[in-house]
Amino acid sequence: MVKVAHVQLSSCCGCLVSLADTYEKLLDVLGAIDLVYSQTLADVREVPDDVDIILLEGSVCLSDHHAMEVALDSRKKAKILVALGACAATGNVTRFSKGNQPSKPVHDAFAPLTEVVKCDLAIPGCPPSPESIVAVVLAALNGDMEYLEPYAELAKYGSEACGCDLITKVINKSLCMGCGSCAAACPTRAVSMDAGRPLVDKEICIKCGSCSVQCPRIRFPELIEKIE
Amino acid sequence: MDPFGTYIKAVSARAADKEILKKAQDGGIVSAAYIYGLESGLLDGVIIADKEDGFAAAPKVATTREEILSAAGTKYTVCSNLSVVKSAVREYGCEKVGFVGTPCQVRSIRKAIKYPVGYRHVPDKIALIMGIFCMENFPYNGMKAIVEEHCGIKMDDVVKTDIGKGKFWVYSKWGDVKTVPLKDTHPYEQMSCHVCMDYTAELADISTGSVGSPDGWSTIFVRTAKGEEYLNKMVEAGAIETKDIDAVKPGLDLVQKLALSKKEKNAKEVEHRKEIGLPVPY
Repeated sequence: MVKVAHVQLSSCCGCLVSLADTYEKLLDVLGAIDLVYSQTLADVREVPDDVDIILLEGSVCLSDHHAMEVALDSRKKAKILVALGACAATGNVTRFSKGNQPSKPVHDAFAPLTEVVKCDLAIPGCPPSPESIVAVVLAALNGDMEYLEPYAELAKYGSEACGCDLITKVINKSLCMGCGSCAAACPTRAVSMDAGRPLVDKEICIKCGSCSVQCPRIRFPELIEKIE
Repeated sequence: MDPFGTYIKAVSARAADKEILKKAQDGGIVSAAYIYGLESGLLDGVIIADKEDGFAAAPKVATTREEILSAAGTKYTVCSNLSVVKSAVREYGCEKVGFVGTPCQVRSIRKAIKYPVGYRHVPDKIALIMGIFCMENFPYNGMKAIVEEHCGIKMDDVVKTDIGKGKFWVYSKWGDVKTVPLKDTHPYEQMSCHVCMDYTAELADISTGSVGSPDGWSTIFVRTAKGEEYLNKMVEAGAIETKDIDAVKPGLDLVQKLALSKKEKNAKEVEHRKEIGLPVPY
Protein backbone atom coordinates (compact mmCIF):
# COMPACT_ATOMS: atom_id res chain seq x y z
CA MET A 1 0.00 0.00 0.00
CA VAL A 2 1.15 3.54 -0.70
CA LYS A 3 2.72 5.16 2.34
CA VAL A 4 1.61 8.71 2.99
CA ALA A 5 2.77 11.12 5.69
CA HIS A 6 1.34 14.47 6.70
CA VAL A 7 4.08 16.74 8.02
CA GLN A 8 3.49 20.18 9.51
CA LEU A 9 5.68 23.25 9.76
CA SER A 10 4.54 26.81 10.37
CA SER A 11 0.86 26.46 9.68
CA CYS A 12 -2.55 26.59 11.23
CA CYS A 13 -3.77 23.03 10.58
CA GLY A 14 -6.24 24.43 8.07
CA CYS A 15 -5.00 22.24 5.23
CA LEU A 16 -5.39 19.16 7.41
CA VAL A 17 -8.87 20.26 8.39
CA SER A 18 -9.59 20.70 4.68
CA LEU A 19 -8.39 17.16 4.02
CA ALA A 20 -10.60 15.88 6.83
CA ASP A 21 -13.46 17.97 5.41
CA THR A 22 -13.85 15.44 2.63
CA TYR A 23 -16.09 13.38 4.94
CA GLU A 24 -16.86 10.04 3.33
CA LYS A 25 -14.30 10.64 0.59
CA LEU A 26 -11.63 10.79 3.33
CA LEU A 27 -12.38 7.12 3.94
CA ASP A 28 -11.70 6.38 0.26
CA VAL A 29 -8.41 8.20 0.57
CA LEU A 30 -7.48 6.66 3.92
CA GLY A 31 -8.58 3.27 2.62
CA ALA A 32 -6.28 3.59 -0.35
CA ILE A 33 -3.22 4.66 1.62
CA ASP A 34 -1.18 3.74 4.61
CA LEU A 35 -1.00 6.88 6.75
CA VAL A 36 2.40 6.38 8.34
CA TYR A 37 2.74 9.77 10.01
CA SER A 38 0.38 12.57 10.97
CA GLN A 39 0.68 14.44 14.23
CA THR A 40 -3.05 14.97 14.45
CA LEU A 41 -4.43 11.74 13.03
CA ALA A 42 -1.88 9.07 13.94
CA ASP A 43 0.13 8.22 17.04
CA VAL A 44 3.58 8.07 15.47
CA ARG A 45 6.57 10.16 16.59
CA GLU A 46 8.98 9.82 13.67
CA VAL A 47 8.52 10.08 9.93
CA PRO A 48 9.63 6.69 8.52
CA ASP A 49 12.54 6.62 6.07
CA ASP A 50 10.80 5.64 2.87
CA VAL A 51 7.50 7.38 2.37
CA ASP A 52 5.81 7.46 -1.02
CA ILE A 53 4.01 10.76 -0.61
CA ILE A 54 4.69 13.44 1.99
CA LEU A 55 2.08 16.16 2.23
CA LEU A 56 3.88 19.02 3.89
CA GLU A 57 1.76 21.81 5.26
CA GLY A 58 3.14 25.19 6.32
CA SER A 59 6.05 27.47 5.55
CA VAL A 60 9.61 27.02 6.72
CA CYS A 61 10.91 29.31 9.45
CA LEU A 62 14.44 29.90 8.22
CA SER A 63 15.55 31.19 11.62
CA ASP A 64 14.60 27.87 13.23
CA HIS A 65 17.05 25.10 12.45
CA HIS A 66 14.51 22.44 13.45
CA ALA A 67 12.19 23.63 10.71
CA MET A 68 14.99 23.59 8.16
CA GLU A 69 15.88 20.05 9.22
CA VAL A 70 12.29 18.87 8.89
CA ALA A 71 12.12 20.38 5.40
CA LEU A 72 15.36 18.74 4.25
CA ASP A 73 14.46 15.48 5.97
CA SER A 74 11.06 15.40 4.28
CA ARG A 75 12.67 15.90 0.88
CA LYS A 76 15.04 13.03 1.58
CA LYS A 77 12.36 10.64 2.79
CA ALA A 78 9.63 11.33 0.24
CA LYS A 79 9.35 9.92 -3.27
CA ILE A 80 6.77 12.61 -3.98
CA LEU A 81 6.93 15.77 -1.89
CA VAL A 82 3.75 17.82 -2.01
CA ALA A 83 3.69 21.41 -0.79
CA LEU A 84 0.21 21.28 0.69
CA GLY A 85 -1.58 24.59 0.86
CA ALA A 86 -0.58 28.16 0.24
CA CYS A 87 1.94 28.50 3.11
CA ALA A 88 4.01 25.64 1.71
CA ALA A 89 3.33 26.49 -1.93
CA THR A 90 3.52 30.26 -2.11
CA GLY A 91 4.16 31.60 1.39
CA ASN A 92 0.63 32.82 2.00
CA VAL A 93 0.14 35.01 5.13
CA THR A 94 3.58 34.08 6.43
CA ARG A 95 4.95 36.26 3.61
CA PHE A 96 4.03 39.16 5.85
CA SER A 97 5.98 37.88 8.87
CA LYS A 98 8.83 40.15 9.85
CA GLY A 99 10.05 39.19 13.25
CA ASN A 100 8.69 38.81 16.76
CA GLN A 101 6.73 35.75 15.81
CA PRO A 102 5.81 33.32 18.55
CA SER A 103 7.01 31.04 19.96
CA LYS A 104 10.49 32.55 20.03
CA PRO A 105 10.70 36.32 19.59
CA VAL A 106 13.55 36.17 17.10
CA HIS A 107 11.67 33.99 14.65
CA ASP A 108 11.23 35.67 11.30
CA ALA A 109 12.01 34.87 7.66
CA PHE A 110 9.26 32.42 6.76
CA ALA A 111 9.72 30.95 3.31
CA PRO A 112 7.45 28.58 1.41
CA LEU A 113 8.69 25.02 1.20
CA THR A 114 8.96 25.36 -2.58
CA GLU A 115 11.76 27.91 -2.08
CA VAL A 116 13.66 25.76 0.40
CA VAL A 117 13.67 22.31 -1.20
CA LYS A 118 12.60 20.94 -4.55
CA CYS A 119 8.94 19.98 -4.39
CA ASP A 120 7.23 17.68 -6.86
CA LEU A 121 3.77 19.14 -6.54
CA ALA A 122 2.30 22.26 -4.98
CA ILE A 123 -1.35 22.80 -4.12
CA PRO A 124 -1.99 26.49 -3.38
CA GLY A 125 -5.12 27.81 -1.71
CA CYS A 126 -5.87 28.81 1.84
CA PRO A 127 -6.87 26.17 2.48
CA PRO A 128 -6.97 24.19 -0.76
CA SER A 129 -10.44 22.74 -1.22
CA PRO A 130 -10.97 19.19 0.05
CA GLU A 131 -11.84 18.22 -3.53
CA SER A 132 -8.51 19.43 -4.87
CA ILE A 133 -6.51 17.64 -2.15
CA VAL A 134 -8.35 14.39 -2.81
CA ALA A 135 -7.99 14.78 -6.58
CA VAL A 136 -4.23 15.35 -6.28
CA VAL A 137 -3.67 12.46 -3.86
CA LEU A 138 -5.72 10.07 -5.99
CA ALA A 139 -4.01 11.22 -9.20
CA ALA A 140 -0.63 10.72 -7.53
CA LEU A 141 -1.69 7.23 -6.44
CA ASN A 142 -2.80 6.43 -9.99
CA GLY A 143 0.20 8.03 -11.63
CA ASP A 144 -2.03 10.41 -13.60
CA MET A 145 0.77 12.79 -14.56
CA GLU A 146 -1.34 14.68 -17.08
CA TYR A 147 -3.73 15.81 -14.38
CA LEU A 148 -0.87 16.68 -12.04
CA GLU A 149 1.08 18.73 -14.57
CA PRO A 150 -0.29 22.15 -13.46
CA TYR A 151 0.48 21.31 -9.83
CA ALA A 152 4.01 20.23 -10.84
CA GLU A 153 4.47 23.56 -12.62
CA LEU A 154 3.34 25.46 -9.55
CA ALA A 155 5.90 23.56 -7.49
CA LYS A 156 8.57 24.71 -9.92
CA TYR A 157 7.61 28.30 -10.69
CA GLY A 158 4.81 29.28 -8.39
CA SER A 159 6.53 30.37 -5.22
CA GLU A 160 5.23 33.91 -5.47
CA ALA A 161 1.54 34.53 -5.73
CA CYS A 162 -0.93 37.22 -4.92
CA GLY A 163 -3.70 39.26 -6.46
CA CYS A 164 -1.01 41.16 -8.35
CA ASP A 165 -0.70 38.11 -10.60
CA LEU A 166 -4.08 38.96 -12.03
CA ILE A 167 -2.81 42.35 -13.07
CA THR A 168 0.65 41.40 -14.29
CA LYS A 169 -0.13 38.06 -15.92
CA VAL A 170 -3.68 38.50 -17.14
CA ILE A 171 -4.95 42.06 -17.38
CA ASN A 172 -1.66 43.63 -18.47
CA LYS A 173 -1.36 40.91 -21.09
CA SER A 174 -4.80 41.63 -22.46
CA LEU A 175 -6.07 38.19 -21.54
CA CYS A 176 -8.78 38.90 -18.95
CA MET A 177 -12.29 38.35 -20.26
CA GLY A 178 -13.97 39.10 -16.95
CA CYS A 179 -15.38 35.72 -15.96
CA GLY A 180 -15.02 36.36 -12.22
CA SER A 181 -13.39 33.03 -11.44
CA CYS A 182 -10.72 34.82 -9.40
CA ALA A 183 -13.26 36.68 -7.27
CA ALA A 184 -15.11 33.48 -6.41
CA ALA A 185 -11.88 31.64 -5.62
CA CYS A 186 -10.56 34.27 -3.19
CA PRO A 187 -10.99 33.00 0.39
CA THR A 188 -10.73 36.47 1.95
CA ARG A 189 -12.92 38.38 -0.52
CA ALA A 190 -9.95 40.54 -1.47
CA VAL A 191 -10.96 40.27 -5.11
CA SER A 192 -14.09 41.99 -6.32
CA MET A 193 -15.19 42.62 -9.88
CA ASP A 194 -15.29 46.18 -11.15
CA ALA A 195 -16.60 46.73 -14.68
CA GLY A 196 -15.72 43.17 -15.55
CA ARG A 197 -12.17 43.23 -14.22
CA PRO A 198 -10.80 42.07 -10.88
CA LEU A 199 -10.08 44.70 -8.28
CA VAL A 200 -7.68 43.48 -5.61
CA ASP A 201 -7.63 44.91 -2.11
CA LYS A 202 -4.00 44.51 -1.11
CA GLU A 203 -4.84 45.03 2.55
CA ILE A 204 -6.89 41.87 2.51
CA CYS A 205 -4.97 39.71 0.01
CA ILE A 206 -3.03 36.99 1.82
CA LYS A 207 -1.00 35.83 -1.20
CA CYS A 208 -2.56 32.37 -1.29
CA GLY A 209 -2.52 32.16 -5.08
CA SER A 210 -6.10 30.87 -5.42
CA CYS A 211 -7.12 33.62 -7.84
CA SER A 212 -4.34 33.20 -10.35
CA VAL A 213 -4.30 29.41 -10.10
CA GLN A 214 -8.00 29.37 -10.86
CA CYS A 215 -7.69 31.76 -13.84
CA PRO A 216 -8.35 29.92 -17.10
CA ARG A 217 -6.49 32.59 -19.05
CA ILE A 218 -3.11 31.76 -17.45
CA ARG A 219 -3.40 28.01 -17.56
CA PHE A 220 -6.02 25.88 -19.25
CA PRO A 221 -4.99 22.20 -19.14
CA GLU A 222 -6.09 20.38 -22.26
CA LEU A 223 -7.73 17.55 -20.36
CA ILE A 224 -10.52 19.92 -19.26
CA GLU A 225 -11.67 19.82 -22.90
CA LYS A 226 -12.78 16.23 -22.37
CA ILE A 227 -16.29 16.40 -20.99
CA GLU A 228 -18.65 13.49 -20.56
CA MET B 1 -10.99 22.60 -37.74
CA ASP B 2 -13.86 21.18 -35.72
CA PRO B 3 -16.55 23.88 -35.73
CA PHE B 4 -18.82 22.83 -32.85
CA GLY B 5 -16.94 20.52 -30.49
CA THR B 6 -18.55 17.25 -29.46
CA TYR B 7 -22.31 17.08 -29.26
CA ILE B 8 -24.98 14.44 -29.05
CA LYS B 9 -27.63 16.23 -31.06
CA ALA B 10 -28.68 19.62 -32.36
CA VAL B 11 -32.22 20.94 -32.49
CA SER B 12 -34.07 24.18 -33.09
CA ALA B 13 -36.30 25.17 -30.19
CA ARG B 14 -38.29 27.84 -28.43
CA ALA B 15 -39.92 28.26 -25.06
CA ALA B 16 -43.57 27.23 -24.89
CA ASP B 17 -44.39 29.91 -22.33
CA LYS B 18 -45.60 33.07 -24.09
CA GLU B 19 -44.45 35.31 -21.25
CA ILE B 20 -40.89 34.03 -21.62
CA LEU B 21 -40.96 34.51 -25.40
CA LYS B 22 -42.11 38.10 -24.98
CA LYS B 23 -39.12 38.98 -22.78
CA ALA B 24 -36.47 36.69 -24.21
CA GLN B 25 -33.88 37.54 -26.83
CA ASP B 26 -34.71 34.72 -29.23
CA GLY B 27 -36.18 31.35 -28.33
CA GLY B 28 -35.97 31.94 -24.56
CA ILE B 29 -34.12 28.66 -24.01
CA VAL B 30 -32.07 29.73 -21.00
CA SER B 31 -35.07 31.32 -19.26
CA ALA B 32 -37.25 28.30 -20.05
CA ALA B 33 -34.63 25.85 -18.80
CA TYR B 34 -34.09 27.84 -15.62
CA ILE B 35 -37.78 28.29 -14.85
CA TYR B 36 -38.48 24.65 -15.58
CA GLY B 37 -35.52 23.68 -13.38
CA LEU B 38 -36.66 25.73 -10.41
CA GLU B 39 -40.30 24.68 -10.72
CA SER B 40 -39.52 20.99 -11.13
CA GLY B 41 -36.87 20.90 -8.41
CA LEU B 42 -34.05 19.96 -10.77
CA LEU B 43 -32.39 23.24 -9.79
CA ASP B 44 -32.66 25.28 -6.61
CA GLY B 45 -30.72 28.35 -7.67
CA VAL B 46 -29.52 29.78 -10.95
CA ILE B 47 -26.90 32.30 -12.00
CA ILE B 48 -28.30 35.10 -14.14
CA ALA B 49 -26.94 38.20 -15.83
CA ASP B 50 -29.28 40.84 -14.47
CA LYS B 51 -29.80 44.33 -15.87
CA GLU B 52 -28.71 47.27 -13.76
CA ASP B 53 -28.96 51.05 -14.19
CA GLY B 54 -27.52 52.27 -17.46
CA PHE B 55 -28.11 48.88 -19.10
CA ALA B 56 -25.10 47.43 -17.27
CA ALA B 57 -24.99 43.71 -16.58
CA ALA B 58 -24.54 42.27 -13.11
CA PRO B 59 -24.37 38.64 -12.05
CA LYS B 60 -26.99 37.52 -9.55
CA VAL B 61 -28.26 34.36 -7.97
CA ALA B 62 -31.94 33.89 -8.78
CA THR B 63 -34.38 31.55 -7.12
CA THR B 64 -37.71 32.69 -8.60
CA ARG B 65 -39.41 32.87 -11.97
CA GLU B 66 -39.79 36.66 -11.64
CA GLU B 67 -36.07 37.20 -11.12
CA ILE B 68 -35.28 35.12 -14.18
CA LEU B 69 -37.79 36.93 -16.36
CA SER B 70 -36.61 40.37 -15.29
CA ALA B 71 -33.07 39.42 -16.36
CA ALA B 72 -34.05 37.90 -19.72
CA GLY B 73 -32.38 39.21 -22.84
CA THR B 74 -28.80 39.61 -24.01
CA LYS B 75 -26.60 42.44 -22.74
CA TYR B 76 -23.53 42.12 -24.99
CA THR B 77 -21.31 43.35 -22.19
CA VAL B 78 -19.05 41.65 -19.67
CA CYS B 79 -20.88 40.05 -16.77
CA SER B 80 -18.71 38.16 -14.27
CA ASN B 81 -21.05 35.23 -13.76
CA LEU B 82 -18.52 33.04 -12.02
CA SER B 83 -18.00 35.58 -9.28
CA VAL B 84 -21.32 34.64 -7.67
CA VAL B 85 -21.10 30.86 -7.99
CA LYS B 86 -19.73 30.46 -4.49
CA SER B 87 -22.35 32.84 -3.09
CA ALA B 88 -25.03 30.60 -4.58
CA VAL B 89 -23.64 27.67 -2.59
CA ARG B 90 -22.63 29.47 0.59
CA GLU B 91 -25.10 32.31 1.05
CA TYR B 92 -28.14 30.93 -0.74
CA GLY B 93 -27.46 27.36 0.35
CA CYS B 94 -28.15 26.03 -3.14
CA GLU B 95 -27.26 22.43 -3.83
CA LYS B 96 -28.33 22.27 -7.49
CA VAL B 97 -27.03 25.35 -9.23
CA GLY B 98 -27.79 26.25 -12.83
CA PHE B 99 -24.98 28.16 -14.51
CA VAL B 100 -25.11 30.07 -17.76
CA GLY B 101 -22.27 31.83 -19.46
CA THR B 102 -20.39 32.73 -22.57
CA PRO B 103 -18.02 30.07 -23.95
CA CYS B 104 -15.09 31.49 -21.95
CA GLN B 105 -17.12 31.42 -18.76
CA VAL B 106 -18.19 27.86 -19.43
CA ARG B 107 -14.49 27.03 -19.77
CA SER B 108 -13.83 28.78 -16.47
CA ILE B 109 -16.46 26.78 -14.62
CA ARG B 110 -15.16 23.55 -16.14
CA LYS B 111 -11.71 24.46 -14.88
CA ALA B 112 -13.15 25.26 -11.44
CA ILE B 113 -14.77 21.81 -11.37
CA LYS B 114 -11.69 19.93 -12.58
CA TYR B 115 -9.12 21.95 -10.61
CA PRO B 116 -11.15 23.31 -7.69
CA VAL B 117 -8.29 24.79 -5.62
CA GLY B 118 -10.34 27.73 -4.38
CA TYR B 119 -13.79 26.23 -4.88
CA ARG B 120 -14.52 24.29 -1.72
CA HIS B 121 -17.75 22.28 -1.93
CA VAL B 122 -18.72 23.88 -5.24
CA PRO B 123 -17.99 21.28 -7.96
CA ASP B 124 -20.71 18.81 -6.93
CA LYS B 125 -23.31 21.58 -6.62
CA ILE B 126 -23.22 22.58 -10.30
CA ALA B 127 -26.25 20.80 -11.72
CA LEU B 128 -26.45 22.29 -15.21
CA ILE B 129 -24.03 24.28 -17.36
CA MET B 130 -25.61 26.25 -20.17
CA GLY B 131 -23.52 28.06 -22.75
CA ILE B 132 -24.47 30.78 -25.17
CA PHE B 133 -23.00 31.29 -28.63
CA CYS B 134 -20.59 34.19 -28.60
CA MET B 135 -18.48 35.86 -31.26
CA GLU B 136 -17.01 38.51 -28.98
CA ASN B 137 -18.00 40.75 -26.12
CA PHE B 138 -17.81 44.46 -25.32
CA PRO B 139 -16.51 45.97 -22.11
CA TYR B 140 -19.19 48.23 -20.62
CA ASN B 141 -17.47 51.40 -21.79
CA GLY B 142 -17.09 49.91 -25.25
CA MET B 143 -20.79 49.22 -25.48
CA LYS B 144 -21.50 52.68 -24.07
CA ALA B 145 -19.47 54.23 -26.89
CA ILE B 146 -21.42 52.25 -29.48
CA VAL B 147 -24.80 53.10 -27.99
CA GLU B 148 -24.22 56.72 -27.03
CA GLU B 149 -21.78 57.94 -29.68
CA HIS B 150 -22.78 55.87 -32.70
CA CYS B 151 -26.50 55.58 -32.00
CA GLY B 152 -27.12 58.74 -30.01
CA ILE B 153 -29.12 56.93 -27.36
CA LYS B 154 -28.34 57.31 -23.65
CA MET B 155 -27.47 54.11 -21.82
CA ASP B 156 -30.15 54.91 -19.24
CA ASP B 157 -32.77 54.87 -22.00
CA VAL B 158 -31.85 51.51 -23.53
CA VAL B 159 -34.44 48.75 -23.21
CA LYS B 160 -32.95 46.19 -25.57
CA THR B 161 -29.88 45.51 -27.66
CA ASP B 162 -29.51 42.92 -30.37
CA ILE B 163 -27.09 41.70 -32.99
CA GLY B 164 -28.49 40.48 -36.27
CA LYS B 165 -28.41 40.99 -40.02
CA GLY B 166 -24.88 42.36 -39.77
CA LYS B 167 -25.90 45.16 -37.44
CA PHE B 168 -25.88 46.10 -33.78
CA TRP B 169 -29.40 47.21 -32.82
CA VAL B 170 -30.37 49.51 -29.98
CA TYR B 171 -33.97 50.02 -28.82
CA SER B 172 -34.75 52.97 -26.57
CA LYS B 173 -37.62 53.27 -24.16
CA TRP B 174 -38.94 56.14 -26.27
CA GLY B 175 -39.39 53.81 -29.20
CA ASP B 176 -36.28 54.74 -31.16
CA VAL B 177 -34.53 51.94 -33.02
CA LYS B 178 -30.98 52.67 -34.12
CA THR B 179 -28.39 50.47 -35.78
CA VAL B 180 -24.66 50.43 -36.34
CA PRO B 181 -22.98 48.18 -38.91
CA LEU B 182 -21.14 45.45 -37.00
CA LYS B 183 -17.87 46.36 -38.69
CA ASP B 184 -17.99 49.73 -36.90
CA THR B 185 -18.30 48.02 -33.53
CA HIS B 186 -15.12 45.95 -33.91
CA PRO B 187 -12.81 48.59 -32.38
CA TYR B 188 -14.82 48.42 -29.15
CA GLU B 189 -14.49 44.67 -28.68
CA GLN B 190 -12.77 43.23 -25.67
CA MET B 191 -9.25 42.41 -26.91
CA SER B 192 -9.04 39.22 -24.85
CA CYS B 193 -11.95 37.81 -26.89
CA HIS B 194 -9.55 37.55 -29.82
CA VAL B 195 -7.69 34.58 -28.33
CA CYS B 196 -10.92 32.64 -27.79
CA MET B 197 -11.37 29.61 -30.03
CA ASP B 198 -14.86 28.72 -28.92
CA TYR B 199 -18.03 30.01 -30.59
CA THR B 200 -20.67 27.53 -29.48
CA ALA B 201 -19.68 26.99 -25.80
CA GLU B 202 -18.19 23.60 -26.54
CA LEU B 203 -17.83 22.53 -22.91
CA ALA B 204 -21.41 23.24 -21.80
CA ASP B 205 -24.03 20.60 -21.08
CA ILE B 206 -26.40 22.50 -23.35
CA SER B 207 -25.35 25.32 -25.71
CA THR B 208 -27.78 27.70 -27.31
CA GLY B 209 -27.87 30.73 -29.56
CA SER B 210 -30.04 32.35 -32.21
CA VAL B 211 -27.80 31.59 -35.18
CA GLY B 212 -29.03 28.81 -37.41
CA SER B 213 -32.70 29.05 -36.43
CA PRO B 214 -35.54 31.28 -37.68
CA ASP B 215 -36.47 34.48 -35.82
CA GLY B 216 -37.93 33.73 -32.42
CA TRP B 217 -36.25 30.33 -32.30
CA SER B 218 -32.86 29.20 -30.99
CA THR B 219 -30.39 26.53 -31.99
CA ILE B 220 -29.45 24.04 -29.29
CA PHE B 221 -26.49 21.69 -29.04
CA VAL B 222 -26.86 18.96 -26.45
CA ARG B 223 -23.38 17.85 -25.48
CA THR B 224 -23.45 15.67 -22.38
CA ALA B 225 -25.61 12.87 -21.02
CA LYS B 226 -26.64 15.26 -18.24
CA GLY B 227 -27.68 17.87 -20.80
CA GLU B 228 -29.60 15.32 -22.85
CA GLU B 229 -31.53 14.07 -19.84
CA TYR B 230 -32.37 17.64 -18.86
CA LEU B 231 -33.53 18.60 -22.34
CA ASN B 232 -35.64 15.47 -22.69
CA LYS B 233 -37.38 16.27 -19.42
CA MET B 234 -38.04 19.82 -20.61
CA VAL B 235 -39.57 18.56 -23.84
CA GLU B 236 -41.69 15.98 -22.02
CA ALA B 237 -42.92 18.62 -19.59
CA GLY B 238 -43.82 20.87 -22.50
CA ALA B 239 -41.45 23.64 -21.42
CA ILE B 240 -40.04 23.96 -24.92
CA GLU B 241 -41.07 22.94 -28.40
CA THR B 242 -38.43 21.61 -30.77
CA LYS B 243 -37.94 21.13 -34.48
CA ASP B 244 -35.45 19.10 -36.41
CA ILE B 245 -32.47 21.37 -37.09
CA ASP B 246 -32.27 20.08 -40.67
CA ALA B 247 -35.83 21.23 -41.29
CA VAL B 248 -35.23 24.90 -40.44
CA LYS B 249 -33.55 27.75 -42.25
CA PRO B 250 -30.76 28.82 -42.26
CA GLY B 251 -29.64 25.73 -40.33
CA LEU B 252 -26.31 24.48 -39.04
CA ASP B 253 -24.38 25.58 -42.13
CA LEU B 254 -24.56 29.17 -40.98
CA VAL B 255 -23.51 28.23 -37.42
CA GLN B 256 -20.58 26.34 -38.90
CA LYS B 257 -19.60 29.29 -41.07
CA LEU B 258 -19.54 31.65 -38.10
CA ALA B 259 -17.85 29.18 -35.75
CA LEU B 260 -15.10 28.55 -38.27
CA SER B 261 -14.65 32.22 -39.05
CA LYS B 262 -14.14 32.91 -35.34
CA LYS B 263 -11.72 30.02 -34.97
CA GLU B 264 -9.70 30.89 -38.05
CA LYS B 265 -9.48 34.58 -37.23
CA ASN B 266 -8.54 33.97 -33.60
CA ALA B 267 -6.08 31.18 -34.43
CA LYS B 268 -4.21 33.79 -36.45
CA GLU B 269 -4.32 36.21 -33.53
CA VAL B 270 -2.99 33.51 -31.17
CA GLU B 271 -0.12 32.85 -33.60
CA HIS B 272 0.53 36.55 -33.89
CA ARG B 273 0.65 36.93 -30.11
CA LYS B 274 3.16 34.09 -29.90
CA GLU B 275 5.32 35.67 -32.60
CA ILE B 276 5.55 38.98 -30.82
CA GLY B 277 6.15 37.31 -27.47
CA LEU B 278 2.80 37.81 -25.79
CA PRO B 279 1.46 34.98 -23.65
CA VAL B 280 -1.60 32.94 -24.61
CA PRO B 281 -3.58 30.62 -22.37
CA TYR B 282 -2.00 27.17 -22.54
